[in-house]
Amino acid sequence: MKVTVQLLAILLLGLGVMSCDKDNFTAPKSTLSGRIVYNGEPIGVEFNQVRMQLWQPGFGKLAPIDAPIDQEGRFSALLFNGNYKLVFPAGRGPFRTIQQDAAKKDTVYVTVNGNQTLDVEVQPYFMIRNPSFNGGEGKVSASLKLEQIVTGANAKAVEQVSLYVNKTNFVSRATNIGTTDLASANIKDLNNITMSVNVPALVPAQGYVFARIGVKIKDVEDMIFSPVQKIDL
Amino acid sequence: MKRRFYTLLIAVLMLGWSCDDDAFLNRPPTNILTDEQIWNSEEQILSVLGDLYNRYVDISTFKTINDIPGWMTVGDFNEAFWSEAGRYNAFQNSGWDVRSWGAWDYGYIREMNLFIQKCGASEKLDAGVKARFLAEARFLRASYYFELVKRMGGVPLILEPLTYDFSGDPTYLQRPRAKESEIYDFVIAEAEAIKGDLPSNAGEKSRATKGAALAMEARAALYAASIAKYGVNTPSVMLSGGEVGIPASMSQGYYTKALAAAKEIITGSAGTYALYTKKPDLSENFASIFYDKANNPEVIFVEDYKLQSGKVHYFTGWNQPRYGAEEEEGGRINPSLNFVEAFEKLDNTFAPIPTTNATGAPIYYDNQVDIFAGRDARLAGTVMLPGTTFKGRAVDIWAGFQLGNGTIVSGDDRGAQKTLPGKTVPEQVVGFDGPIDGFEFTAQTGFYLRKYLDPVVGSGQRGVNSEVWLVRYRFAEVLLNAAEAAFELGQPAVAAEYMNMVRARAGLVTPLKSSEINFDRIVHERRVELAFEGHYLYDMKRWRIAHLIMDGNAIAPAELSKDLGKATKRNTQPYGLWPYKIYNPGSPTNGKWIYKVTRLSRVTGADRFQLGNYYSYISDDVINNNPKIVRNPNH
Repeated sequence: MKVTVQLLAILLLGLGVMSCDKDNFTAPKSTLSGRIVYNGEPIGVEFNQVRMQLWQPGFGKLAPIDAPIDQEGRFSALLFNGNYKLVFPAGRGPFRTIQQDAAKKDTVYVTVNGNQTLDVEVQPYFMIRNPSFNGGEGKVSASLKLEQIVTGANAKAVEQVSLYVNKTNFVSRATNIGTTDLASANIKDLNNITMSVNVPALVPAQGYVFARIGVKIKDVEDMIFSPVQKIDL
Repeated sequence: MKRRFYTLLIAVLMLGWSCDDDAFLNRPPTNILTDEQIWNSEEQILSVLGDLYNRYVDISTFKTINDIPGWMTVGDFNEAFWSEAGRYNAFQNSGWDVRSWGAWDYGYIREMNLFIQKCGASEKLDAGVKARFLAEARFLRASYYFELVKRMGGVPLILEPLTYDFSGDPTYLQRPRAKESEIYDFVIAEAEAIKGDLPSNAGEKSRATKGAALAMEARAALYAASIAKYGVNTPSVMLSGGEVGIPASMSQGYYTKALAAAKEIITGSAGTYALYTKKPDLSENFASIFYDKANNPEVIFVEDYKLQSGKVHYFTGWNQPRYGAEEEEGGRINPSLNFVEAFEKLDNTFAPIPTTNATGAPIYYDNQVDIFAGRDARLAGTVMLPGTTFKGRAVDIWAGFQLGNGTIVSGDDRGAQKTLPGKTVPEQVVGFDGPIDGFEFTAQTGFYLRKYLDPVVGSGQRGVNSEVWLVRYRFAEVLLNAAEAAFELGQPAVAAEYMNMVRARAGLVTPLKSSEINFDRIVHERRVELAFEGHYLYDMKRWRIAHLIMDGNAIAPAELSKDLGKATKRNTQPYGLWPYKIYNPGSPTNGKWIYKVTRLSRVTGADRFQLGNYYSYISDDVINNNPKIVRNPNH
């Protein structure tokens, strides 16, 4: 009897603390997602480094909604429906933004109404072409070709090409277990770059690593990366 | 009866006439002082000025500001590891937020402007006193603008108190950012303008003097010059309006001004400043610069502290060796091996700390401290080495025993005990100060900090604290500023002369020849002389080498000791150096010491200084309130 009463009391208490729907705003529901691309090809970057900003004018003080770009060049943001301006912070990203026209400059105007995808076209300084990786004997070797996209007055030089390996899918300057840098002085031919990196002893042991190539462009903060590839050792 | 009562009541009420309305209602407030009371009294003005002095902003400080304890600001940028469990994340991330080191306190500037306006209008002050007060306020204002320009680049230059008229339109209060060079020009011009009104008194340390104004001028001109000269190396850290970045053509002019201002101090026209050379032991002498407050000829301008006055600090308590400390607390700043190896040998060459000989076999030392013999005396004056003492007690830093077969016997608690092979009684196998990997407050890198620690007993006691002053300007820095400016102006002989003065005081008595002075030498000298004094970040920034020193790559053990004197040597992770005692009875090495370079397990990240870190982020709030503000580059 006593136990039943106690149980009942607990159940009633549970009912009592059940939350109700009291928020005065509905949560944002529309997802704006997409990729940053060059001619439709996504641009790989370091995760948590490059971001784009969404500004929504018309509500008093402005503050950007940051949309970080992931390793494969994808972004997404959960937004209220409305009109947004999409920009890249000046000087960020291994690319130049594309000037739309004199009034808009490089701002992309987006009207969000329900879920939608949007690929943002940019002009990278370089593109990594035909990256290929080979693993074995505690080493990962890679070859690639670099195509210069931005030429003329705005062209920038390659500072170095780096090969990174890591135990997990996240491979970057900040998270890696091994890296080899190839300074631009040692690059003879942009069409034929080869390099290799030693994989240190892995604890706990695993028979594979993830590798990717990054290109540092002179005077540009962020690097451009090839897709991540899993390599069996 | 009733009637009589009412009559009486009316009579009494009539008598209850109030007397002097004015005196009753117009009482002087007891909790605030009026303008009139303040600005006509020398003592009151001095206390207002004291408040402005107290709000002086330093990048490295003893105060806890916004929950960031001062020791963190002193020991940053991988010159030290932080031995406190909650702080390891600083070595596990990959750098700093672009908001780091931001400052935008226009409330402080407004109060300084108000002070200058109101004190200037005061009529009852003695003219000499008034001129000094005004000069001091202008010194503080210029100091703060200097601090702002170092962190944010050019900022709006507001030199009068602004008042809002409540018209609903604040646009007339919105000022755009001045050019970076204009702020530096302002600081230099202010120093020139006020130096005559300030006393030329080398004994005055905590208030502005002519020496302090000139030291500020020399430093500001040097910063501006190097930004102009080296800014070309980072073209993306620039704004077209000049809010960030200074044209290269201006560098010569600034270097000339820096050298002239520094020379004015060196020649003694601002008072008799000199290098501190009171003590025969050169390391102790170097450490004493920071705690000897009696007739210290080196120190120019400080934030002073005083016991039992309420203004004291706990820096010694935070950082002194934990073993035997008053509160059994301390040990937070552990200087890194990277930093320790930067100190030269007495023959002016760079060499790693010798742990092994050419064949790779360990070198055995009779005493712990022998491994550091023959080095720059500033090493032992800045860093508490294993085998040295503090407050009359030897620090107990050793990581364990190494047996004849190479096995290590160590413990995971301070002073842990174990039974060595062949013995029956357990004995201590690790120092009470560590190092134990991941054990907070032990010397995890094998070193503690010595600079700024107060050797007075009680300085690490919570109820007592320390009165060691925070040095903002000192003569050695003035000499190094002069040396750098002279070097950049193509006068290497002058540069060598000034640099050798500072080096001779540290025991490096073989003078550098003028042909040996180069950029790397200048950078290195400032790093070791001015370590933990708040210069490292700003120096790296103005030379535009921060992103090369902290490039985000981990330091491989093999490269740790290479290129030791190079300005852009990678410094992304702190390393440690652990002493072990040999236990091998019967062998000649028994009881001797060996050292091992150690990678700390808590250090997993490698710092990367982003281009966006060169100038801090201006908050969106500031830009919303004043749309004329342009954003800093790379944000």
